[in-house]
Amino acid sequence: MPQIAQILETYASQFFWLLIVFGLIYFTIGKGMLPKIEANMDARDRKIADDLAAAEGARAEADNLGDSGEADLAAARLVAQGKANEAKAKAAKDAEQRLAKADAEIGVKLAAAEADLAKASAAAMASIESVAAEAAADIVAKVSGAKVSAAQAASAVKAVMANG
Amino acid sequence: MAGESGKIDPMHQFQIEPLAPLNIGGYDVSFTNSSLFMLIVLGALWLFMWGGMKRDLVPGRWQMAVEGVTGFVNNMVTSSVGPEGKKYVPLVFSLFMFILMANFMGMMPFGIVPGVHPFTVTSHLTVTAVLAVLSFGTVLVVGFWRHGLHFFSLFVPHGTPWWLLWLIPLIELFSFLIRPFSLALRLFVAMTAGHVLMKVLAGFVINGLNAQAAWVPLVVSIPSFILMIGITLLELLVCAIQAYVFALLTSLYINDAVNLH
Repeated sequence: MPQIAQILETYASQFFWLLIVFGLIYFTIGKGMLPKIEANMDARDRKIADDLAAAEGARAEADNLGDSGEADLAAARLVAQGKANEAKAKAAKDAEQRLAKADAEIGVKLAAAEADLAKASAAAMASIESVAAEAAADIVAKVSGAKVSAAQAASAVKAVMANG
Repeated sequence: MAGESGKIDPMHQFQIEPLAPLNIGGYDVSFTNSSLFMLIVLGALWLFMWGGMKRDLVPGRWQMAVEGVTGFVNNMVTSSVGPEGKKYVPLVFSLFMFILMANFMGMMPFGIVPGVHPFTVTSHLTVTAVLAVLSFGTVLVVGFWRHGLHFFSLFVPHGTPWWLLWLIPLIELFSFLIRPFSLALRLFVAMTAGHVLMKVLAGFVINGLNAQAAWVPLVVSIPSFILMIGITLLELLVCAIQAYVFALLTSLYINDAVNLH
């Protein structure tokens, strides 16, 4: 086994070169390159964590904004509905008022017209009475030759008409 | 690989051969094939890490792979030691990646180029011993530096009955002191045994094909080759598992030193 057979001749060379090579590995790679690689990995982990936190914050903010937007919308809708109702109520009231006014005017006109009509019919009735009295007096004169006064004829006609 | 007269020596792959002699202070520190593969491991590891240094916010494939490995080691250390374990991630990461790369480099099919032999750095006791001593030494330094002599309370677990106080600390001390040996031997044995097994099977395939009798390739070479495919895949798994075990045990031992049970 050369490892043991040669040990006395080679141990110095093995130790010497191994210490040089391992020292180089330890100081340039282990102490030099490794911390840089690890720092880079740590920086990446931190960046990922930060970005995730930022994204989470942005999401929460967006949620908040959405909620408040919805609330605004609901409030605006409520206000608009109120205004619409108000306007509707006002319009209805207005219409009612105008209707009542028109009604009243029409009533007045109607009453006046009725009064006129009553007057006219009374006048007509009166003129019919006088015409009938005259006619009655004429008829009496012609039939009997007796002279009937206008007053007598009128009272007679009145009596007949009152009987129907 | 092939020794004299066509015989295949499965141990030859562990042979250390000097490539450039070097002598410092009376010690022979020649640049060997083992040193060369340590440098190849360093280069491969550096290249791998360099590909992950783009530091994009959205990682590409390579960066993802590097970050996967660093995250894996980081997770392993912090889950066994706790948040204080961050300090020890570079050490555990260096151990894990060096062992993993060395294991994989030993499995690379460099042998298809004539004259080139892959060498498994971690199949050498001298290498695994140094790594284990690094791991164990860190535990000792951290333990005594943080807790002083109170570190010895590690050998008296909570709830030890008074009448066992003479035995339990001895057992605990023994199991503590055996740690560097078990760390070093586990890796060394696993890599050596796996490579020997692969080489023996490869020898069966080649010797069977070279045999005179026509039935030998059919009966020996083909089954050996099929078995070798499975063993190679298993060995790749072992490469990763051994690196993981070494790193995990190191982080558990550091946990002992930091938190004292």
